[in-house]
Amino acid sequence: MSLEIKSLHAQIPGREILKGLNLTINPGEVHAIMGPNGSGKSTLSKVLCGHSDYEVTSGEVLLDGVNILDMAVDARSRAGLFLAFQYPHEIPGVSNANFLRASLKARLPKGEDIDAVKFYKQMYARMDQLEMDRSFTSRSVNEGFSGGEKKRNEILQLMMLEPKYAILDETDSGLDIDALKIVSRGVNAMRSENRGFLVITHYQRLLNYIQPDIVHVLKDGRIVKSGGKELSLELEEKGYDWVHEEPVAAAA
Amino acid sequence: MVSAPDSTLEPVENDISDIKVDSVGDFTFPERNKFDSGFGITSKTVDYISDVKGDPDWIREFRHKALKVFQDKPMPTHWATKDLENIHFDEFRYYLSDGQKPKRSWDDVPEDVKKTFDRLGIPEQERKFLAGVEAQYDSEAAYSNIKAAVAEQGVIFVNSSEGLKEHSEIFKKWFGKVIPTGDNKFSALNSAVFSGGSFIYVPPGVKVKHPLQAYFRINSEQFGQFERTLIIADEGAEVMYMEGCTAPKFETATLHSAVVELVAMKGAKIQYVTVQNWSSNVFNLVTKRGIAMEDAEVRWIDCNIGSRLTMKYPGVIMKGKRARGEVISIALANSGQHQDTGAKMVHAADDTTSNVISKSISIGQGRSTYRGLVHIPKHLKGCKNNTECDALLINSNSHTDTYPAISVRGNQHSTQHEASVSQVSADQIFYLMQRGLTEAEAMSLSVNGFINDLVKEFPMEYSVELKRLIDLEMEGSVG
Repeated sequence: MSLEIKSLHAQIPGREILKGLNLTINPGEVHAIMGPNGSGKSTLSKVLCGHSDYEVTSGEVLLDGVNILDMAVDARSRAGLFLAFQYPHEIPGVSNANFLRASLKARLPKGEDIDAVKFYKQMYARMDQLEMDRSFTSRSVNEGFSGGEKKRNEILQLMMLEPKYAILDETDSGLDIDALKIVSRGVNAMRSENRGFLVITHYQRLLNYIQPDIVHVLKDGRIVKSGGKELSLELEEKGYDWVHEEPVAAAA
Repeated sequence: MVSAPDSTLEPVENDISDIKVDSVGDFTFPERNKFDSGFGITSKTVDYISDVKGDPDWIREFRHKALKVFQDKPMPTHWATKDLENIHFDEFRYYLSDGQKPKRSWDDVPEDVKKTFDRLGIPEQERKFLAGVEAQYDSEAAYSNIKAAVAEQGVIFVNSSEGLKEHSEIFKKWFGKVIPTGDNKFSALNSAVFSGGSFIYVPPGVKVKHPLQAYFRINSEQFGQFERTLIIADEGAEVMYMEGCTAPKFETATLHSAVVELVAMKGAKIQYVTVQNWSSNVFNLVTKRGIAMEDAEVRWIDCNIGSRLTMKYPGVIMKGKRARGEVISIALANSGQHQDTGAKMVHAADDTTSNVISKSISIGQGRSTYRGLVHIPKHLKGCKNNTECDALLINSNSHTDTYPAISVRGNQHSTQHEASVSQVSADQIFYLMQRGLTEAEAMSLSVNGFINDLVKEFPMEYSVELKRLIDLEMEGSVG
């Protein structure tokens, strides 16, 4: 049981971005990926979820032993993979509650519906944890939300869908310190033995609140260094160029 | 049995023992027509229809005059799509019926016909929330009934044939007055061969609580359906009328060309709701217009899904002071379909107000066109118009055009026009699919979101139906 990324190569037309990436996330673990701009961090999250802009040229991604690279975007989601987007989309006219219901319903056998009372109870409890006003249930998904509200909304979806593996793509970007604390609290509440996290970030700051078990440095489409959470502090202090000075280890 | 000299009148033999089902309305029963006008349209066709229906002389004459107008008028291809040239009038039959009078009870309706409407959920809806139902099968109503309590208030709800015979005084006063025969080629065609449709009269001050509904079903191939509806709400009266339509998908084209006239007397209110779901071989060319007298209101709610080509521009002539007109329309054009829809607002008195909200969705190769006309003459004052046209494109191949024509003379009026075009982007679909929705579900949710604010205006039962039709359309479009 794990999310296993094996020698993953992916490209957009004319440019290879992931160049043999290896990474294994076990349930219960929180992995952080840090790296300079353009190193392939966001590409990794989109490739894992099956975005059609990217072509996987070789490698495997096994979700609990099943290769998901041939699966459609929605099937990967239902298999247990969740992405908290860096730039969550607005869906005009679709209320947050309806969107969540539709997402949960998509996981049930055809023709079955979710228990509305239970659903609202759970949603309100989660929203309280994220200090979201109840009015967000009836507002259109992300429409007119501030940057911080959008990120909270992503975590609300994570909390409701309860995925096996969750990827957080720069969830800290655009958040002030209070919002960062709230979002982190939500994520930490979801940490469990049965769930793995991949936290993608530029800054060490987030990792003060969501403490990773393992930190990886992504550079030029490959993981060039892995270590404990002290590695993130070192990166903060010395920058990414310092990683160059180390002999590039075989990927973790 | 009356016969048309140049047409086959033998009841059509058919081996189909069971119905064929693909989607909502895509099933058909064998034809059991006692009356069949045969292919093509000539003065003999018109006489055949008049004979079968036992028309009074003035109607027969009206039909013949209309036929002449229809024959003389060119196709409006100088402004409309060239696809109209693919309508071959000789390949349609203009009247088909089993020769039976509309039944008052579903138990008396012939089995096939009853099954048809059962499948479409009509008797169930009638029990649940309707004040009256008329169910038309090809050219004639198979069922027509109004709840006793509503009839006791003096409300008349019958088919057009019965209306013109039994209630000729009021029928004759308004018939063909809101939409003259020569309004366009297809209103002339309808005037020549019309059959079925509803005649409704609501007496002064009577407010019909529940909607009256008509359902128009085409069962036969190579056929044209030409219902004619006239609704009159007398002073201070209120009524809501809803129509639904389906046809099976045949190899050949089907023609549907209705004329609907509404008359709202002083202080009256008429709401006319359409949810059409034609199969993709139907030419749907419909003329709809209402007159609103002083302080009256005419409101069209029009949902166009399906058909090969729909051309429909519901209109309101605001004839009395402070009259209000409204058109709310939703059009969904999938690949192979062209929705050419819009609204006409004619301000003919002071302080009249009109509102047009049009939302179109184009998918794949689907094409949506909005044509609007707002006319406010110079001598009036205090007129207001608001027009909003929003288009949603799903897929880069989709096509949308907007042709608003707002002619406002004088400076004592207020008009407002807004138009927007938005895309359901690949990234939006990716976002929704990442939460587990299939591509069809993701598109459906996006479309439902786009029209959500309009759907809130609909009666609940109809918004549920509309959502279901959109889901089906989306499933079809991703294949």
